[in-house]
Amino acid sequence: MSGWPRYRAVADHALLVSFGTEIGDEMSAQVLALDAGLAQFTPAGVIEWVPALVNLLVDFDPEATDHRTVQGEIERMLANPVRTDQQGQERIIEICYDAAFAPDLEAVADAAGMTTEEVIRTHRDAAFRVRMYGFAPGYAYMSGVPEAIRVPRKSAALRDVPAGSVIIAGPQCLVTTLTMPTGWSIIGRSPTPILRSDAEDPFLFDVGDHVRFARIDRDTYEARMAERGDG
Amino acid sequence: MADAVLTVTYTGPQVSFQDGGRRGWMRFGVPASGPMDRFAHAAANRALGRPAGATAIEVSMGGLSLTCESGTVSFAVCGGGFTLDHAGARVEGWVVRTLSAGESLTIRAGKWGSWCYLAFAGEVDAQAWLGATATHAISQFGGGALTTGQRITLRNAEATPSREGPLPAPPLPDPNARQPVVPGPQEDRFAPGALDTLTREPFTVTPAYDRMGMRLDGPELPLADALSIPSEPTLRGSIQVAGDGVATVLLADHQTTGGYPKIATLVSTATDALVQARAGDKVRFVAVSPDEAIMRARRDLATRQAWLDEIAVPRGSLEDRLMRANLISGVHHGGDE
Repeated sequence: MSGWPRYRAVADHALLVSFGTEIGDEMSAQVLALDAGLAQFTPAGVIEWVPALVNLLVDFDPEATDHRTVQGEIERMLANPVRTDQQGQERIIEICYDAAFAPDLEAVADAAGMTTEEVIRTHRDAAFRVRMYGFAPGYAYMSGVPEAIRVPRKSAALRDVPAGSVIIAGPQCLVTTLTMPTGWSIIGRSPTPILRSDAEDPFLFDVGDHVRFARIDRDTYEARMAERGDG
Repeated sequence: MADAVLTVTYTGPQVSFQDGGRRGWMRFGVPASGPMDRFAHAAANRALGRPAGATAIEVSMGGLSLTCESGTVSFAVCGGGFTLDHAGARVEGWVVRTLSAGESLTIRAGKWGSWCYLAFAGEVDAQAWLGATATHAISQFGGGALTTGQRITLRNAEATPSREGPLPAPPLPDPNARQPVVPGPQEDRFAPGALDTLTREPFTVTPAYDRMGMRLDGPELPLADALSIPSEPTLRGSIQVAGDGVATVLLADHQTTGGYPKIATLVSTATDALVQARAGDKVRFVAVSPDEAIMRARRDLATRQAWLDEIAVPRGSLEDRLMRANLISGVHHGGDE
């Protein structure tokens, strides 16, 4: 077994840099450090890169550079890490746990041996962290669902789940941005826009950000949606 | 130059506005989208002298019919072997013509190919998202899918008679050629022999084919164990294999991350040929090294660029250019008339 990080050439235009196999804060710290390094000193020919749970993919222009050159640049970067704030920003997401928005809350409570109110408090008080985006635009996978309320994916997906639904599966939580089917448990709905109209900064959070949920009631939810004007 | 206005009188499914695609947003879950066949899209634009990444209409096998309400605009159709009915004439694609008020244009699937591109000598007025009009099909962000009755405005539309006519034969790969793939990044998660199977046996394109991906039917590509990998970034051209051993090639609107192991990844320029396959067509793969993959991509891109440069020159002005060249070199002596 060779050591970490490991480098894999992907097709003619990408390099996958992997730091290990165990998802957690240690892996995130390494991924985020390289993410910050690439932002500060982007190697020539690199078009974009994608931080994920245990690795990071660098996509490049095969006419401008190659796997070996990009790998060399990254090795130098990792040998001399830049000092950056890689702790991420604090973000607050408002959530309404009203039964109409939380069709799976009772099932989660049953599985956890709790009341729905206890599930809500457990979720509301937890600290989440954005580990990766994926699936669809703005789908930010957050870790941090407390052990006590973790449930597996449901055996069948529910169709047409509205955008803004707060869904959980295992240790992960996310706020949907599109109306889509999901097999995750739906426990609330958020009026907080994740896809924003701000062209410079169109996504509410970046990988590495810390997220907390703030509970709101149905009236507040409706008022927020009316303010948004796009709901 | 004025505006030209078209009305969509019929559209098949999966017909959408596409510019060259949006780059730099994969970290937020946003793939590049853009044309399924990037070469054919660039060809349609360059044949009109437009930037290669300008907004065009991606037409599926479902076809498209338009009527020109006002104005005059030249257009190009490139990609696959589609057929056009325009102003009483039936012609093959890879052509430039001019559409005038009162005329209709119908594009329909022809002998081969799944996608073609309709570009205009004018700016297509389409909604942009994150700086690009490319349509991301599942969200409909960007220019969006076309709908029957929709009006399309072309800004600064012009007729370019000097560009009209069939284009010279494009440098397309042999349709029976094997598609080059680089093994991995998770080929070691498969049972022994799976990679050999992928590169030895033919696979068949299934009807489960859209802008997100193409499911293939063929011999099973068994995984070595049932464990999933931690979700990691995916790309256009990733060949991922679900627990059932069935391969799917991810395409223009791919998920940006996923937990299925990828047995191999297509060379970037090879995806343009692959997407033109239809359900029932056979696809074969050949494994190449990363260095070979880069060499092939560079060679393909250079060949394409030379051809795109050639078609970007209005043919009608060739005489003028020769005249100019002769004057500069002093060969032109006929100054008496």
